[in-house]
Amino acid sequence: MRSVIPILTMVAAIVVIWYGAAIGMNAQWARDQAARAGTTLSTSELIADTWSQERPKLPAPHQIVAELWKTTAMMKPTSKRSLVFHGWITLSATMLGFVFGTGAGILLAIGIVHSRSMDMGVMPWAIASQTIPIIAIAPMIIVVLNSIGITGLVPKAIISAYLSFFPVVVGMVKGLRSPDAMQLDLLRTYNASKPQALWKLRFPASLPYLFASLKVGVAASLVGTIVGELPTGAIRGLGARMLTGSYYGQTIQIWSALFAAAILAAGLVGIIGLVQRLTLRRMGAV
Amino acid sequence: MGTGCVTTKPVIEARGLDLTFQTSDGPIQALKGVDLAIEKGEFVSFIGPSGCGKTTFLRVIAGLEQATGGSVTVNGMTPDEARRERAYGYVFQAAGLYPWRTIAGNIKLPLEIMGYPRSERDARVEKVLELVDLDGFGKKYPWQLSGGMQQRASIARALAFDADIMLMDEPFGALDEIVRDHLNEQLLELWARTEKTIGFVTHSIPEAVYLSTKIVVMSPRPGRISDVIDSPLPRDRPLGIRDTPEFLAVAHRVREGLRAGHAYD
Repeated sequence: MRSVIPILTMVAAIVVIWYGAAIGMNAQWARDQAARAGTTLSTSELIADTWSQERPKLPAPHQIVAELWKTTAMMKPTSKRSLVFHGWITLSATMLGFVFGTGAGILLAIGIVHSRSMDMGVMPWAIASQTIPIIAIAPMIIVVLNSIGITGLVPKAIISAYLSFFPVVVGMVKGLRSPDAMQLDLLRTYNASKPQALWKLRFPASLPYLFASLKVGVAASLVGTIVGELPTGAIRGLGARMLTGSYYGQTIQIWSALFAAAILAAGLVGIIGLVQRLTLRRMGAV
Repeated sequence: MGTGCVTTKPVIEARGLDLTFQTSDGPIQALKGVDLAIEKGEFVSFIGPSGCGKTTFLRVIAGLEQATGGSVTVNGMTPDEARRERAYGYVFQAAGLYPWRTIAGNIKLPLEIMGYPRSERDARVEKVLELVDLDGFGKKYPWQLSGGMQQRASIARALAFDADIMLMDEPFGALDEIVRDHLNEQLLELWARTEKTIGFVTHSIPEAVYLSTKIVVMSPRPGRISDVIDSPLPRDRPLGIRDTPEFLAVAHRVREGLRAGHAYD
């Protein structure tokens, strides 16, 4: 109970501020409409109007919830207007990209930990890769891959992997290096091989770091997929929903797609958290 | 005691051993002119202040550090060859058990690495757990055990494979004195039962005298041996032996050796 109260207080505060902001941002339009019709609005009418416009500058929370409900539960998942349909498109590319990115990240980290030249040669490029705005190279990746005949899920997944491999590399390098000198000496006294040291010591020791990285990585994967859908004229996926929403001034549609993405990300991070708990419990943690 | 000592070669032998570390502050001579022979079945303690090279010497024997001069042999081989042959079990100051493995799993670690058949591992775990008096704790995780029990588990881990040398680097240094007394008693029992050759680094004069058949007193700057004392105490030692005049005489000689080596400066 004690932990619920602060959370609810925060949510309530955000909702109150949001409704207030909706009045402020949408009032001008309401007054203009009233003036054009030759009428005046009382304060309560004005407020009611700002919270129920069709294309508000800032939709009120209940409008977004209603739109979310309408486009998920009230619609067949196969419909082109269903957020479940678009969410699935985005989710599948995200998962594929996440698997690519995590796999590449773990392999790179293993290489970096075992080879000094890889440490010197690869790490700077990995860091440099993250300084390039993804929005700038996403269209290029899509165009280049399209020209060699790769279309559909894979180009988006590659952009998604591009964002998610980095936290995994950084976390895993730290994790694989986390065993101290004494632990490594112990394995030397057994004359253990490098693969044995990796498998028996470095890898299990790195798991807490890996899970922390995976949580960052999966959220980055989702962002990467959405970015991959935005500038490329995609017609399916949450990114495409946001884009068409902005073409036609459908702010409620944009916001509901944003919320869908946020809920998806929270769900993915939650699943990783669950896997983490189960894994660490199996590994003897309390 | 001592049968065949005259004819067999020492298990561990150092001659004119030097070791100089190159550091950013210039070379540091960690060991200088160390000569020592350890016979089979001896319990040898290395005692001295911090920086006297006792741990370094143990690490050279284990092949974890390379000597820069002189020679060391372990079972007639170089330390590195002996390490590859898995000639010794090493116990560190910290138990260093893997938190994600049970006690039994930790003891199996060297057995897995050395390729002991699966069927044999469980039997060996049972045997060494009994040796260190931890029967029935195999399924526990390290955090469920006290510090002293964890250190006993790490000793069991070093005993699990068939090395007839045990190298112990201040294994009880982090434990309180009551636990330490108890573990010392158990270690002597273990040594009597397994007939291993033990090299034991310690800070504690009573510990060294109580445990050892031979006490190597070392002094710092540069690390060297200032005295080697063959203990006149019998092999069978109850804790009470520490109040006898013989015991106190040996302790006194150790203290004199430390003083002569400027250990107290």
